[in-house]
Amino acid sequence: MGKKQAGTGPLSRRPDNSAFKQQRLPAWSPSLTPQTVLPTFYILSLVCLLLGIWLLITVEYTYELKVDYTDAGTCEQCFNLRKHAIDSSTPCKCTVSFHVPKTFPGDVFFYYGLRNFHQNLRRYMDSRDDAQMVGRKNNLKAPSSYCAPFDYDANGKPIAPCGAVANSMFNDSLTVMYNPTDGSKIQVPLYRKGIAWYTDKNVKFRNPPTNNTFSLQQAFEGTTRPLYWQRPVYELDDIDSNNNGFINDDLIVWMREAAFPNFKKLYGVLNRAQGPFTEGLPAGNYTLSINYNFPVEPFRGRKELVISMVTWFGGQNYFLPIAYLVTSGLILVTAVVLTTVFVKVGKKGKNMEE
Amino acid sequence: TKLNFSSALEEERHVRANDRDYNERFSYADNRIKTAKYNVFTFLPINLFEQFQRFANAYFLVLLILQLIPEISSLSWFTTIVPLVLVLAITAVKDATDDYFRHKSDQQVNTRQSQVLIKGKLQNEKWMNVRVGDIIKLENNQFVAADLLLLSSSEPYGLCYIETAELDGETNLKVRQALTVTSDLGDDVAKLADFSGEVICEPPNNKLDKFTGTLCWKDNKYSLDNEKMLLRGCVLRNTEWCFGLVIFAGLQTKLMQNCGRTKFKRTSIDKLMNTLVLWIFGFLICMGIILAIGNTIWEQKVGSDFWEYLQWKELTINAVFSGFLTFWSYIIILNTVVPISLYVSVEVLRLGHSYFINWDRRMYYSRKATPAEARTTTLNEELGQVEFIFSDKTGTLTQNIMVFNKCSINGKTYGDVYDEFGHKVDITEKTPCVDFSFNPLMDRKFRFHDSSLVEAIKLEEPLVQEFFRLLALCHTIMPEERNEGELVYQAQSPDEGALVTAARNFGFVFRSRTPETITLYEMGQAVTYQLLAILDFNNVRKRMSVIVRNPKGQLKLYSKGADTILFDRLDPSNEELMFTTSEHLNEFAGEGLRTLALAYKDLDEDVFDEWMKKLLFASTALDNREEKLGALYEEIEQGMLLLGATAIEDKLQEGVPETIACLTLANIKIWVLTGDKLETAMNIGYSCNMLRDDMNTVFIISGHTMLEVQQELSKDKFSSGLDMEKTELYSSDSVFEETIIAEYALIINGHSLAHALEADLEQILVDVACLCKTVICCRVTPLQKALVVELIKRHKRAVTLAIGDGANDVSMIKTAHIGVGISGQEGMQAVLASDYSFAQFRYLQRLLLVHGRWSYHRMCNFLCYFFYKNFAFTLVHFWYGFLCGFSAQTVYDQWFITLFNIVYTSLPVLAMGLFDQDVNEQYSLRFPNLYRPGQLNQLFNKRKFFTCTLQGVCTSFILFFIPYGAFMTAVRDDGAHISDQQTFAVTIATSLVIVVSVQIGLDTNYWTAVNHFFIWGSLAVYFAILFAMHSDGIFTIFPNQFPFIGTARNSLNQKIVWLVILLTTVVCIMPMVAVRFIKADLYPTQTDKVRLLQQATRKQGPQEQNLRRVRRTSSRRSAYAFAHQQGYGELITSGKNMKVPTSSTSTYPLYSPTRGLTGTSSASICKCFRHQKH
Repeated sequence: MGKKQAGTGPLSRRPDNSAFKQQRLPAWSPSLTPQTVLPTFYILSLVCLLLGIWLLITVEYTYELKVDYTDAGTCEQCFNLRKHAIDSSTPCKCTVSFHVPKTFPGDVFFYYGLRNFHQNLRRYMDSRDDAQMVGRKNNLKAPSSYCAPFDYDANGKPIAPCGAVANSMFNDSLTVMYNPTDGSKIQVPLYRKGIAWYTDKNVKFRNPPTNNTFSLQQAFEGTTRPLYWQRPVYELDDIDSNNNGFINDDLIVWMREAAFPNFKKLYGVLNRAQGPFTEGLPAGNYTLSINYNFPVEPFRGRKELVISMVTWFGGQNYFLPIAYLVTSGLILVTAVVLTTVFVKVGKKGKNMEE
Repeated sequence: TKLNFSSALEEERHVRANDRDYNERFSYADNRIKTAKYNVFTFLPINLFEQFQRFANAYFLVLLILQLIPEISSLSWFTTIVPLVLVLAITAVKDATDDYFRHKSDQQVNTRQSQVLIKGKLQNEKWMNVRVGDIIKLENNQFVAADLLLLSSSEPYGLCYIETAELDGETNLKVRQALTVTSDLGDDVAKLADFSGEVICEPPNNKLDKFTGTLCWKDNKYSLDNEKMLLRGCVLRNTEWCFGLVIFAGLQTKLMQNCGRTKFKRTSIDKLMNTLVLWIFGFLICMGIILAIGNTIWEQKVGSDFWEYLQWKELTINAVFSGFLTFWSYIIILNTVVPISLYVSVEVLRLGHSYFINWDRRMYYSRKATPAEARTTTLNEELGQVEFIFSDKTGTLTQNIMVFNKCSINGKTYGDVYDEFGHKVDITEKTPCVDFSFNPLMDRKFRFHDSSLVEAIKLEEPLVQEFFRLLALCHTIMPEERNEGELVYQAQSPDEGALVTAARNFGFVFRSRTPETITLYEMGQAVTYQLLAILDFNNVRKRMSVIVRNPKGQLKLYSKGADTILFDRLDPSNEELMFTTSEHLNEFAGEGLRTLALAYKDLDEDVFDEWMKKLLFASTALDNREEKLGALYEEIEQGMLLLGATAIEDKLQEGVPETIACLTLANIKIWVLTGDKLETAMNIGYSCNMLRDDMNTVFIISGHTMLEVQQELSKDKFSSGLDMEKTELYSSDSVFEETIIAEYALIINGHSLAHALEADLEQILVDVACLCKTVICCRVTPLQKALVVELIKRHKRAVTLAIGDGANDVSMIKTAHIGVGISGQEGMQAVLASDYSFAQFRYLQRLLLVHGRWSYHRMCNFLCYFFYKNFAFTLVHFWYGFLCGFSAQTVYDQWFITLFNIVYTSLPVLAMGLFDQDVNEQYSLRFPNLYRPGQLNQLFNKRKFFTCTLQGVCTSFILFFIPYGAFMTAVRDDGAHISDQQTFAVTIATSLVIVVSVQIGLDTNYWTAVNHFFIWGSLAVYFAILFAMHSDGIFTIFPNQFPFIGTARNSLNQKIVWLVILLTTVVCIMPMVAVRFIKADLYPTQTDKVRLLQQATRKQGPQEQNLRRVRRTSSRRSAYAFAHQQGYGELITSGKNMKVPTSSTSTYPLYSPTRGLTGTSSASICKCFRHQKH
């Protein structure tokens, strides 16, 4: 309005009468009234309570079993043997027996757990080259400087995969034997593939291009295996050749760095196709045999096998239900206090004293 | 600085007229003005250099450099460079626009045309091509192009008139006079071209009222002073043409030398913010040290076992070195506690608030088409904290318009209007006015409501006639008649103008004057009086008289002056009338009117002749001339007969008493600092309701010596028993002041103030003055005004605001925290120096109580939230340090760190800071005590800062440890693990964004559509960017920059992640809600109460606001109507300012600097008397 009239006259410089410029935009001004605050508190308390109970019940029906095999059973000598990370040439095998008190119904997941292993150190986490592991030819032979000193070996050969993360990959192999009461030994069948995120397996990690004539080994020609590895990256899986190279599931799982020093990573999923395992993991005695490669003694770490069921919100997790229940209780207490204060004191002070 | 350098070298200036070659040897500045800072090429380097001088920018530059060192770079360089570049770019754009406008205005000034005498011919030249030593011709109403030596003019005696409003703000005309030798050159171009005088004068300086130099021409030397100079920025008035010699040009002119950079004002919040930022740095370094020590210990205890996996040379050297590196890494990570966007956001907010002030229609004055203007955009929130207002009087509280309101003639008052029942009627706009149509020469703007006075005139009552005849004769006004009957009076003081205008409308029209005569049109007939003497006004006499001979040959003395003075000199027979008139005067004064008593006397021819001889003798006396003249005046002004009294209303601006009442309710102390007299000032004090009859005591301090002032000041305290209270005052400072119920007022005179401002007394002055409800300082110089403001700034640590309209207010406007100029007046000086300007004093109420309060409230909420947000955001890293071996691993994705402050959370808080209204404008004005929190600095202070940072710390703690607890054992619902760092990062980041969004929702009191849009929009943008950054496409392009591929998809589809986010949000937010609710419930602030009231009444629809009309209830006695300057009598009688009758079109300017001409004009009085002898 004002702009169009620009020119002479007393109104020419008058500011526009728009709601915006006059700060009169229509607005909603909520405020913390007892009518809104108190019900919110009670409702939230109830919601948290219900959620907490639901979670708790769910968790109660979930089982988890941990088998620490660091120096248990026959593993003690392996443990001593692997005091030095580099001393990995001599193989060492050992077994640990354990007992499953109750049948794990349904899908059962096998994890390896590590304690006191800091995958979350800044320079450790940075020490990787995603461009290399997505299979780019240029990056394959020219690892990023972030990988140093795990980028080239002593002869100046590029390392694939480079970096501290890949170098320190967990390389124990675990086999679980079921010992039914009849004395037989049945190997617990595990799916060792399909344990990584879909996006990781299919987007983040790719092998360098290969075809019928050009094998994976040839693709990795000119690179060398990481320092602590016993075999090159294209030979990680003896059984399934499609699980080799950068798209090896174990490698991918390892490369997804854990946030905390104590963590567990998926090792395999129970194959329920046959035998006694169709209903899950039956109760009974088991033996865990380990190809003991991964040294934990230097950093006073522990290694364990974790067998667990999964619920709708993940594995066995007591933290969440308890946190919800505690929160619910606290909110309820606060709500009661607020109500008391409001009823006893608050109503008086509400009148406007002018 | 370049300027000072060159002028420091120049010790003396030599200028030779019409000799460019000679003058060029000295390389004086040319007349080009350059206020712009940059040009196209220098912009980038200079601007960047300036920007990096700002502490914050330099800090971020250092951070950026740190980030480039791989050993300590815990964050990629882009996390700092993106915001930094953004900030630099915004500032650069702003600077560039400012500079562009400066270029434009420079260009406009530089290309103005002026007529320059080149090679014997007048040629049009651009201003920028004018050189020192050129002779230029100016015409009426033109701006003076450079500092000129006046050579000749169209007016007699080489006089010319200039208006100096742009220089010093004074709107009256000033006289400049050329040397006789040069004024003889006239407008003869050939002669002027031959003029080859050489001026030797002082180097360029900034003294506007001083100039010394000599003109050497034809072997003679003539001394030059400021009275011969026309300074750049003046406007030529009432002078057809004049010629001048350029002495100083361009940047060396006095105007430009005076354009010193105004001191950069900072608000107290700004200063607090700087302190807090320093504290935060301290805090940052502490955290860095803690974490570095942690790292050292960890490396020794745990990390050393781990070295086989991490073979970095630096680490293996020793753990202490590792700790040292970690320290820097953590400084980088934690730098977001001092977000760079803070400074930019604060600037944006202030700019927005300034625009709201500019846009406010309720501060737009339609009569003068003047909108309010925030000239400084950095002070807005301080408007909400003002405790002291220092106001000028004339033109600020008053309109500087005098209105002839009432009079008392021979014991009868006129001017009141009565209804049919004999009750006094309040005069409003609608009251019918008296019809003056019988008088063709009337002034149409004049209004008078009492018709009985006109009837008396028509009945030709002799005393009424004599009354107006006196008013028409006894003054020093110059009339100007442009067309027939279109009279304009040039009055020195508006009071006089009002009186003569009144006489004009009542049929006694002052039409013209010569040095010896005054011509009136009395009821339509021309009557010429012989003017024999003007007994001029001065401050001691407080009266003026004229002696005239009427056509009948009678000698009359007409006198007007302060009642107290005049009453002493009345004939004893007048006692009864004096008594009645005195009562009327009381009545007038009670209504806040300025009064004058009028008296006359018939003179005997013999007595007058005798007296005239003595006068002539005295006026030629060499010593004590003033006193001798004074005694003679005294001698003849005896035994006068009282005619009556006039009452003039010094019209207050609209709504002044209401505004003052309202601001007082807001606990703002208003001090009036005026150059005016004590009486006038008090009078205004009463009419503004600042002084009231029911006040316990009004202390008047007018001692002339230090001791007197001290006694007066302490006497006041003893007499009122304040002394005892004062000792307590020291212990409990400001709180105690409020409890004093008694009301006092302090009025202090300029010369007393000079003593009171000395170091020994200033503490007492401050104490006494602050106990008084009203303080009025009168007769103060501009410098004293500034000193008073400074005193309060120093002793009370309160926010001060100075408001004024004239050049004499500039110093205080610049000194106070906030300077306000009244615009729409002629003088621009005050406005140019001010931070805010508007047309009416009453807008101050809106500026402070609405805009100021809102700004303060918004800024404080903004800062609280901002610090909260950044602490919550950043300290998560601190907690994570304990779990990741203090290795400076970030919790979040680096892109999140980059964008959090500038994209995800900036707009909602900006919207809150721009639009929030805790209480709407009507209620802000209705409850002025809502202003109190600002004065007490309650909404943002160190305590508040601690509270909100503590809240931030707690939030970060919850934000970190709840997800930590949940993720320790969590797996996905398909069994795959999700306790990896990336999922953890996404979970915490999402919780954080949601928590801070909910928090801003709680902090927002006023949800406009924009707020909704920004808050919901920010959340949407967060998720959109999150998924985009974690998408396959962007990873395929930059695999190393976006390693979070797929994390958003894989984690946000997990129920456990949402359970964690929900729990975190609830735990973070609910305690805050509870605390706020309980606070509002148990200890509601005034704001809470008004909000409740506002919400309760909203349903009933808006109420009409009842503005309390303040009634004046004073019965105080008198002031009188004169300006406080020496009168013009001598100048008139000398005829110096009269035009030779032949020139027809030009006007009769009267305004002239009395200061400057007193010397010459007192001599000219004799000339006038000699004329009469002939």
